[in-house]
Amino acid sequence: MKKYLAKKLLLLIPLLLGITSLTFTLTKALPGDPVLSMVGERAQPEVIEKIRRELGADRSIFIQYFGYVRLLLKGEFGRSYYTNRKVFDDLLIKFPNTLKLALGAMVIAVPFGLFLGLLSACRRGTMTDRIISSLSVTGLSIPVFWSGLLIMLLFSLKLELLPPSGTGNIEFLVLPSITLALPAIATLTRVTRTTLIEIFAMPFVTTARAKGIKESRVNILHVFKNALIPLVTVIGLDFGSYLNGAVLTETIFGWDGMGRFTMEGIIKRDYPVIMGCIIAGTVMLVLINLLVDVLYHYLDPRIRLYEKSR
Amino acid sequence: MRKAGKVSIALLFLISLLCFAAPLICPYDPDMINLDSIKEPPGHQHLLGTDNKGRDILSRVLHGGRISISVALIAGFLSIGVGLMVGVFSGYVGGRIDTALMALIDLMLSFPAFLLAIGISVVFPPGIYTVMIAIAAVGWASFARLIRGHVLTVKDAAFIESSRAIGCSQIRILFVHVMPQCIPLVLVMTGLKLGGYILTEASLSFLGLGAQPPTATWGSMISANRAYISSAPWMVFFPGLMIAITSLCFNMLGDALRDKYDVRI
Repeated sequence: MKKYLAKKLLLLIPLLLGITSLTFTLTKALPGDPVLSMVGERAQPEVIEKIRRELGADRSIFIQYFGYVRLLLKGEFGRSYYTNRKVFDDLLIKFPNTLKLALGAMVIAVPFGLFLGLLSACRRGTMTDRIISSLSVTGLSIPVFWSGLLIMLLFSLKLELLPPSGTGNIEFLVLPSITLALPAIATLTRVTRTTLIEIFAMPFVTTARAKGIKESRVNILHVFKNALIPLVTVIGLDFGSYLNGAVLTETIFGWDGMGRFTMEGIIKRDYPVIMGCIIAGTVMLVLINLLVDVLYHYLDPRIRLYEKSR
Repeated sequence: MRKAGKVSIALLFLISLLCFAAPLICPYDPDMINLDSIKEPPGHQHLLGTDNKGRDILSRVLHGGRISISVALIAGFLSIGVGLMVGVFSGYVGGRIDTALMALIDLMLSFPAFLLAIGISVVFPPGIYTVMIAIAAVGWASFARLIRGHVLTVKDAAFIESSRAIGCSQIRILFVHVMPQCIPLVLVMTGLKLGGYILTEASLSFLGLGAQPPTATWGSMISANRAYISSAPWMVFFPGLMIAITSLCFNMLGDALRDKYDVRI
């Protein structure tokens, strides 16, 4: 296990180098001069030159990159061109909001997804199964910015139950969480159903049934327990992708998280913000994937014992 | 094939026909501003109503569909093309090249996909070609990985060995014997992925990174009209409905194809 973990952690280094150089190249290739958009096109050439030097934009691209990586390692993501605030500090402020939204979405998505998937698999081939399957494929096909607007229209503009947008306590959190949860419920339902159906066909399930164990006990103790492993993976990956900031959902509902921060950075061509968001998002995704991997090893006694026996 | 698959094909055909024939069948110019008829609800004059500049929503939805569907399709073909080439090559050649290519694919897949697509879209000037490139640049890796996996199971099969024994060249084995084995997998994946590409195209357009105004796309119509969601919901409802139906059809087609060919994804 330790060896496995060490190997996984070592693999992170080339991954992070690759990611930083890619984001660096991407943002450097951006059209538009950030200096000009900061001071306006009519500014004095000396002023422009001074700011350019301060931003380090006059040095060679390699030096800029290495300087950037060195700063990154110190937790310094640079400063926003507009607010002159440290991107890292802003990310730290926005992260709890994004975490709240991601948790809110998962709290809704996990029980619904698991339950619908279980129901669908147990009633395979019946009307219930067909309805749930159709609903889940529909859930995958609806754009969140559309469902979000319709949910907002219904619950806050027509029924006036909840505030339409803003950041704050639970009443602000409900609608964006539901919006974000819809595609997650759909994915989770589909994966749960497929996994369970595969496990139903396995010999140990037949054995359990042949021994006369009650059907509900077989379903939950024998089948569902074995399905947990792939399901944990899917839930973890979904969670990881929400931690990147749900750009669309946060933009629609005015939720002050990393997704909206990213979008603002893009609109203003605020390179340090964009780079910071992409790097922070990727690091988070990679770490969550690593965590899921470790959990996967821990949950599955087959893998755990195999590692031990070596 | 299952009934749902056939219905999806028919619907997709119908939607494409309507959208691509839009210049012939639309009663109004999609970009024509008519201040006498702003925010009209759906009715006889304008079947799906008008927007805040008096433009006919039906005409804009159909014209926008041409762009949305073609962008998703072309991005799909691009990513399949690259993914198929890389996957087949990597799996068949093996060795260090395979390791290197897989490392690259792992790197691509460890990026948050939508953030990467956004990143690519901001580098190039906004427009439909940028969106195509962004979607394809993110999409090819998952194709490549699945196809490589499939090639690994195929390449040791007896029929490949026998074609080598009768003296087929490597290129011939690759293109005539290995690649056709991937067709069912590619078909199924294409169906499943195109639904997602429709959504990605719409999302990038929604963020203003796609075709620029006044040109309509489904995503940009929603973003331009979302301020009127309360007073004129039809302006947002119909473009979104088109996105949902088209994406749903591709997803159901993918599901039906998967069941038909019994492919595991």
